[in-house]
Amino acid sequence: MISLLKKEINSFFSSIMGYIILVVFLLSSGLFIWVFPETSVLDYGYANLDSLFGMAPWLFMFLIPAVTMRSFSDEFKSGTIELLYTRPITDLQIVLAKYFATLFLVVISLIPTLLYYYTIHQLSNPIGNVDHGAIWGSYLGLIMLGGTFVSIGVFSSSLTDNQIIAFIISMFLCFFVYLGFDYLSKLSLFVGELDSVILSLGIDEHYKSISRGVLDSRDVVYFISVILLFILFAKTSLESRKW
Amino acid sequence: MLQNITKIYGEQKAVDNVSFSIDKGEIVGFLGPNGAGKSTTMKIITCFLPPTSGTGIICGHDLDQESIKVREKIGYLPEHNPLYLDMYVKEYLHFAAGVAGIKNNIKSRVKSAVERVGLEKEQKKKIGALSKGYRQRVGLAQAIIHDPEVLILDEPTSGLDPNQLVEIRNLIKEVGKDKTVLMSTHIMQEVQAMCNRTIIINNGQIVADDNTNNLKSNAAEKFVIKVEFDKSVDVEQLKSLGKVYDVLEIGQHIYQITAEKDLRKEVSSFANKNALNILTLQKEEQGLEDTFRDLTK
Repeated sequence: MISLLKKEINSFFSSIMGYIILVVFLLSSGLFIWVFPETSVLDYGYANLDSLFGMAPWLFMFLIPAVTMRSFSDEFKSGTIELLYTRPITDLQIVLAKYFATLFLVVISLIPTLLYYYTIHQLSNPIGNVDHGAIWGSYLGLIMLGGTFVSIGVFSSSLTDNQIIAFIISMFLCFFVYLGFDYLSKLSLFVGELDSVILSLGIDEHYKSISRGVLDSRDVVYFISVILLFILFAKTSLESRKW
Repeated sequence: MLQNITKIYGEQKAVDNVSFSIDKGEIVGFLGPNGAGKSTTMKIITCFLPPTSGTGIICGHDLDQESIKVREKIGYLPEHNPLYLDMYVKEYLHFAAGVAGIKNNIKSRVKSAVERVGLEKEQKKKIGALSKGYRQRVGLAQAIIHDPEVLILDEPTSGLDPNQLVEIRNLIKEVGKDKTVLMSTHIMQEVQAMCNRTIIINNGQIVADDNTNNLKSNAAEKFVIKVEFDKSVDVEQLKSLGKVYDVLEIGQHIYQITAEKDLRKEVSSFANKNALNILTLQKEEQGLEDTFRDLTK
């Protein structure tokens, strides 16, 4: 499994794709935080990174499916999946290797944004007057959210040998899990009775909660269960060849 | 060893109650027309697909119960030889050794595999930049990197040019020396040249399983001659020449006569009698090809 993981990570950085994703992510988040006046921290006046953590889920919603769409679809199309299936590794190991490789890329993409954190730290008055808890919480939330999107993307990719279809399915699922439940809960059908339950099925609720810097075990359990659920789906989808 | 393997796709029986057992060290040719179930059978042996019913035991491990152990023992070259085209040869072989479960001496194993298949010059290239023959070598190197006891090769020589063909054949012979090899192909000469045993499969069923030489001599009990006259001849007259199984008009005034014995003499005296000129008269070489054709009609 380790060698598969290594191979996946290498494939990001030996092709131009990994770099494109990193550059696009950093460039657009940089623009939003420092340049675009509506979201710029400099104009905003408060030393926080809310605009980064508000924007990042939307960027992830496009970029993560773009990375994960290859993971299985490509192997199905080129037939290389046959090599993996006939090696002494389990289907779950294959899924996990693909999952962690992409998660690794997500974490790598976040590391340079620590520079933004440092900048904010220096800009605040007096220096260091930043809500550190909220920022670290937000980072954790962002990694959790990224992890969820990755598991959704890996699952979608395991459904089809067509990368475009995998991309569209996973983008839709990411959007739906991120905000869909939020919007659904506003249906008059649910208001007053089920709305809080439905709201808590979505990512946004938990992401916001972690971002406040308060680590609530319910939020962590939520993210981990969703991730496990989609990993399990992906494994089942691979096993469906045996049915 | 396989026992009563059946694989059903939807309503189609791809493999129907197939059983055979291969001894250690044998090189077995697996023949059959396209769609006969060769690849499916191989996919079942390599644990890519589970059989609908039946079981198999590979090197003492059950296909279904101990599939991971079975996979450790098998080196597999799938049909069309899928490869990661954007990886480098060496990088890919390192990866192949890793997923095959090898932890120690990966470097030396890669090195020896590269040497055995003759990839020394190409080992620093990208797989996508290699010609088909060299890609086939990479595929073979990948299959032998963990020194498996069993090699399953699905049409290892398809699509190669005549030179590459000979090279790859020699290579398979070479690496198959101390292994059990099951290779599918539809090139008859290949089986005749390489395999001591041949299994022929048609419509999912085994129609022949014998020593390659036996299969060849079975075919020799029939004689086929091809004769071309200058005028057309009544087929019935030709049939009355001796113990004739079949007469086919295969071209203009060209007849193919299948009979119990060599009828060339009879045909020429027949021509003399009827004032016919024989333009060509030739005995067809019988071999595995004809056995194959007979059995898979």
